[in-house]
Amino acid sequence: MATALAKAADTDASVEHAARIDHVSKSFAGPAGQQLVLDDITLDVAPGEFVTLLGASGCGKSTLLNLVAGLDKPSAGSITTDGRPALMFQEHALFPWLTAGKNIELALKLRGVPKAERRERAEELLELVRLKGAYGKRVHELSGGMRQRVAMARALAQDSKLLLMDEPFAALDAITRDVLHDELTRIWRETGVSVLFVTHNVREAVRLAQRVVLLSSRPGRIAREWTVGIPQPRRIEDTAVAELSREITEELRGEIRRHGQH
Amino acid sequence: MASTETTAVKDGNDLDGVEAGLDALETVQTSRTPLRETLTRKVLPPVTAIVLVLVVWQLLVWAEVAPEYKLPSPSDVWGEVRESWLQGTLFDYIWTSVSRGLLGFLMALAIGTPLGLVVARVRFVRAAIGPILSGLQSLPSVAWVAPAVLWLGLNNSMMYAVILLGAVPSIANGLVSGVDQVPPLFLRAGRTLGATGLKGTWHIVMPAALPGYLAGLKQGWAFSWRSLMAAEIIASHPDLGVGLGQLLENGRNNSSMAMVFFAILLILVVGIAIELLIFSPLERWVLRSRGLLARS
Repeated sequence: MATALAKAADTDASVEHAARIDHVSKSFAGPAGQQLVLDDITLDVAPGEFVTLLGASGCGKSTLLNLVAGLDKPSAGSITTDGRPALMFQEHALFPWLTAGKNIELALKLRGVPKAERRERAEELLELVRLKGAYGKRVHELSGGMRQRVAMARALAQDSKLLLMDEPFAALDAITRDVLHDELTRIWRETGVSVLFVTHNVREAVRLAQRVVLLSSRPGRIAREWTVGIPQPRRIEDTAVAELSREITEELRGEIRRHGQH
Repeated sequence: MASTETTAVKDGNDLDGVEAGLDALETVQTSRTPLRETLTRKVLPPVTAIVLVLVVWQLLVWAEVAPEYKLPSPSDVWGEVRESWLQGTLFDYIWTSVSRGLLGFLMALAIGTPLGLVVARVRFVRAAIGPILSGLQSLPSVAWVAPAVLWLGLNNSMMYAVILLGAVPSIANGLVSGVDQVPPLFLRAGRTLGATGLKGTWHIVMPAALPGYLAGLKQGWAFSWRSLMAAEIIASHPDLGVGLGQLLENGRNNSSMAMVFFAILLILVVGIAIELLIFSPLERWVLRSRGLLARS
């Protein structure tokens, strides 16, 4: 376990950024011609950094994440990442024809881990998300929170420098979400992976991130950025978290209000 | 190890307990149904239905709604079953047809699967032959018997040709609709894991499309069996041996309604047996392992 984690935590010093998003724009063909969704986004994620992208619906935050994941191409600008990033979705996206363990092993297999090592590595990753013993469980036998933890283990199995998360806890109940915030913070610190986390939940953004980036809507532009200096471990009900959340919420409301005016 | 241990313990103690509690509360419990319940729920209803049919049949015979050469009694048909059992021909009839049907089905499987995959995944091929493939499905395969006899003669190849023309479109179409119904999320997840191209097809698309594919196989078998019976009834030749289709035709030629009923019964029983012994368990296993089988 220790060796595996140490390996993941060992970030390459020669690479400056886990992700570099450079003047990226994206437009889609809509009913009224080309519709600009993302407008000139420039954002760097440093190795080991935890950044949340915050915005109301229609700000193109999921689109941006898809671009970084390489699932789509930007209309303008460029994106460079240090290797292929791992991606976690709002839905667990686990394959129901495989057990929890085999889902993780598939990720290992696809990145070329030899067969002999896969089982052991999968067990290690399950232990990392505190699901020791869930190896043989089918997806439908797991609770919502457990599924997202297996999905997290599968994403970590890719051994990427960058973990992209697209509102991964939005469909969970508040208590489970709270527990998973703690888990994610712990895993992030243990593995040293960089995280780009998309959410529309201000408190979640402040609870987790070192840096919160607010996107405006239609088209998505970077409106403002906050560095979160509150020491970890934080709790979502901490006064400092609440205060910063209030400030950011005000800003977010201002952004949304502008859309009602014209 | 030391550094990770300390952080895990620091914010772990409390978290561990909460998490274990949540996991226990939300985990779905599954259990198997006891044997007695299976018997009363699954076996009793069909047995009752069969008994009812036999009773009505016997009543109709007693009421003499039709002369005996048109409506044989259940005991006459049973007599045919007994006789062919005693003569040892019963299993020959069945095996002649079933071996043909299964071999033809396996060939249809070997052709229909890659065909379906190509139609589903390659846009040009889909546009080119997709509509024809679904059209062929609605063409009664008995229509192929005449050209098959003319092309290939009265032999086993002709039987297999008719089976293939009946079953391949079903199997291919089942796979196509199975692939079409794969949730896009699985494809995206697969791509981020590095499953693209053939790897994506093998690791993601095929297993995800398995339920639709199985439905296609089931229908493919039904079509194989039907096509074969049509071929056996129409094309008979001493070299071909007596299958169930020929048995039916022999019954007609001998004006033996009991033999005709006997043949129809066997055709039906074989169809049901293959369904119950092969396809149902396969389908249930796939659906259950994915949590898609609702427990009533």
